[in-house]
Amino acid sequence: MSHRSRSLAARHAPAPVFAALGDETRLLLVARLCDEGPRSISQLAAGSRLTRQAITKHLRVLERARIVHSVRAGRESRFALDPAPIEKAKSYLDLVSEQWDEALSRLKAFVEE
Amino acid sequence: MNDRIEKRIELKAPVSRVWRALTDYREFGEWFRVKLDGPFVPGQVSRGHITYPGYEHLKWEAVVQKMEPEQLFSFTWHPYAVDPNADYSQEPPTLVEFRLEQTTTGTLLLLTESGFDKIPEARRAEAFRRNDGGWTEQMKNIESHVAQKP
Repeated sequence: MSHRSRSLAARHAPAPVFAALGDETRLLLVARLCDEGPRSISQLAAGSRLTRQAITKHLRVLERARIVHSVRAGRESRFALDPAPIEKAKSYLDLVSEQWDEALSRLKAFVEE
Repeated sequence: MNDRIEKRIELKAPVSRVWRALTDYREFGEWFRVKLDGPFVPGQVSRGHITYPGYEHLKWEAVVQKMEPEQLFSFTWHPYAVDPNADYSQEPPTLVEFRLEQTTTGTLLLLTESGFDKIPEARRAEAFRRNDGGWTEQMKNIESHVAQKP
């Protein structure tokens, strides 16, 4: 463990984020919100094979993982992407990766001594 | 977003030596900094606790998957499942694989940790293609976009 260990207790796998992204349809929705900015369910349904109900269901999953949130725009709700959880998931992977680097260098010293 | 960790490291030691360091629970504990209760057995849970100063209260738990002598050692675990009050059993475990290959100077060790998400590799690559350099930038754009229109 490294100098970053102090923050370890606060960290664990952001599994809900990974799980929420582990679906092709939801990934497509994330990609669209990423490219197009906030969109309503109707806008997301237009030009898509998905029903409004299906889109709503997937957006709720993303909402629970805090990847998207709804914003009132006049009479309708729009869904906007929140990059923070995805970035957090990425920095978590970076941390795990860094821990492996340190463990493997200890292994190297251990077997080469 | 890359969802798997891959490392390769050249070790100036014979494969048999590296295999022992990986699979003898006492030797593993020395470099990994964990005190394990007993030997690794495929299919069984390995338990112990962290020996890193200040973190001795933390448990270590993994399920040994494969032990193919001098070739492959693997286990599943919940990486950094370090909050004693949290229940990690509902989270998908990750798979850690150590693969060994003999080289002219010693051993090539390939480490993979995978399963951080359940996105099939091909789809993930497609969906996150823009990530190669562009994703972070795009994230910043979205962030400022959201900040401007709260």
